[in-house]
Amino acid sequence: MKPYLPFESRLVPLPMNNIDTDQIIPARFLKTTSKEGLDKNLFCDWRQDPNFILNTPRGQNAQILLAGDNFGCGSSREHAPWALTQFGFRAVISTSFADIFKQNSLKNSLVPIVVPQDVHDKLFALPEDATVKIDLASQTLTLPDGTAVEFPVDSFSKTCLLEGIDELGWILKQEPSIAAYETTRQYTLNTLSSET
Amino acid sequence: MPGPLTLSQKVWASHIVREEPGAPSLIYVDLHLVHEVTSPQAFSGLRERGLKVRRPDLTIATTDHSIPTSDRSLPILDPIAANQVEQLAKNCEEFGIPHYGVHSSHQGIVHVIGPELGFTQPGMTVVCGDSHTATHGAFGALAFGIGTSEVQNVLATQTLLQRPSKTFKVEVNGTLKPGVTAKDIILALCAKVGIGGGTGTVFEYTGSAIRALDMEGRMTVSNMSIEAGARAGMVAPDDTTFNYLHGRPFVPKHADWDAAVARWKQLPTDDGAAFDYEVSIDGDSLTPMITWGTNPGMGVPISGAVPDPSTISDALERDAVVKALHYMNLEPGKPILGHPVNVVFIGSCTNSRITDLRAAAALLKGRKVNPSVRVMVVPGSMEVKRQAIAEGLPEIFRAAGCDYREPGCSMCIAMNGDQLSPGEYSVSTSNRNFEGRQGKGGRTFLASPLTAAASAITGVVTDVRSLI
Repeated sequence: MKPYLPFESRLVPLPMNNIDTDQIIPARFLKTTSKEGLDKNLFCDWRQDPNFILNTPRGQNAQILLAGDNFGCGSSREHAPWALTQFGFRAVISTSFADIFKQNSLKNSLVPIVVPQDVHDKLFALPEDATVKIDLASQTLTLPDGTAVEFPVDSFSKTCLLEGIDELGWILKQEPSIAAYETTRQYTLNTLSSET
Repeated sequence: MPGPLTLSQKVWASHIVREEPGAPSLIYVDLHLVHEVTSPQAFSGLRERGLKVRRPDLTIATTDHSIPTSDRSLPILDPIAANQVEQLAKNCEEFGIPHYGVHSSHQGIVHVIGPELGFTQPGMTVVCGDSHTATHGAFGALAFGIGTSEVQNVLATQTLLQRPSKTFKVEVNGTLKPGVTAKDIILALCAKVGIGGGTGTVFEYTGSAIRALDMEGRMTVSNMSIEAGARAGMVAPDDTTFNYLHGRPFVPKHADWDAAVARWKQLPTDDGAAFDYEVSIDGDSLTPMITWGTNPGMGVPISGAVPDPSTISDALERDAVVKALHYMNLEPGKPILGHPVNVVFIGSCTNSRITDLRAAAALLKGRKVNPSVRVMVVPGSMEVKRQAIAEGLPEIFRAAGCDYREPGCSMCIAMNGDQLSPGEYSVSTSNRNFEGRQGKGGRTFLASPLTAAASAITGVVTDVRSLI
């Protein structure tokens, strides 16, 4: 992963609540065994409509998706953030995110940014060509009028994103703790007995 | 000593491998379930890093999402699906993971075979690259869905970095009336709190109506916790749990069993433990539920009406209803009863177990499905299939005019060719009614197996209570 650097971008607004992962990438595209090529199926069914925003100039070359509440609800498919990042998105702004989508996004350099309702409303009201700035290090979203809005990010995920490292390397270093835990496991140590 | 704890807090606390300031907790995983759709990229990741699967003995794989539910002796015609299925078999062989594949006598939907083989046990942490992992919470396990990066982390280390969820008590008291089922409880909860109502929390289902459910009913309820936004949904283990598990292949035996039961009895939430959120549902007044819209929270009692957006003040909420009604091609304010149905699907990790099939068969016995309806019955596993044969259920379904198929996820997720045509309406016992979920342009009414069977007979959305 590349370190997550500050950037400035236009917004692609999707003013809908509860956008689910079946819309982000329909299940029929999950038969792949690779992570590649998912961008062409991002919001595939909605893109059948020529007026859908990703089919308009406004949907091109923008790095921030602005969506309604509870974005990414539904399935655990990591194909959703893979498709979004391959399309070019680096952040999604909403008033809330579904738990699994949020975790998956943070592992793929797609930052889920939660803003208060008033900021959310303000962002939706911005003109088409307006840009905002995102700086993960200071956890700030800067609006065109210069207003800086602080957003929450899990500190561990933030470090991983800024340094471009994934969690697995850190966890692998915890091997002694894992091995020690295994000697004391009370719940299932003897219980996955073989089928005899 | 900590104060009184909830069930989920107890399971969480007993699985902490390491905690340090500023980092999420490192949590041990007792059981990792793997299927063909969300695992290939994780295995590739292991190969790239030269890593092994740390605990293949705590890992179980099955093939369920992509496989046809037609004759298993035939090859899979879709080359992409065939490759994915083959890839899982190869990965399991290479990494030493037990695999209940297409031709295994234990194959089935991952959330059906885990419990029926006794892999799922109270107090465990259970994960799977699948959001319906919440199902296993019915046993008092802390069970939740994870993404493929986390699948890779668990394969490599048997642990996960997680922060604890908040606790949310869902109390269902009273006695369910005839025709009202576990599915109606969870659809009522989704309608009450909404699709995001449980975000950031773990549900704990309590109350006399939950206690009265058998394990399969509890699994149906826990299964759809994610449809109300909760990552997991748990039921405290009790004698119903222990009786279900006793004698299953992978549960402890003899003295180990007694010791396990003694431990499991410590799991229920302590008196005085506080929950962050609470909601209650009155089981006495509950009626069969059905969804009308494009998320599982868009549900009403079966005798209810489709909402009228002109009565909704919040703009985004109103837009969502307008959009859902447009997609579903339904008129505001009209009753949902009597709406024509093209397809009935009885199956999925929510409702494909033997009690679900029994309930549907009891209603269909001696009756015929309406000739205008295509009815698919898909058992959840080979074990369910065998049990159904022993009870003569396939004959009942076939005599009624149903298409009785081989085990798999089938038309719940419509990856395998089992799907709706654009514009078709289904009454489905599955868990999601999102746009296109059961096939591009398809329209889904989520309901119980009883409501599904009743609607199959009449050809329109039907209140099962009129047929019993």
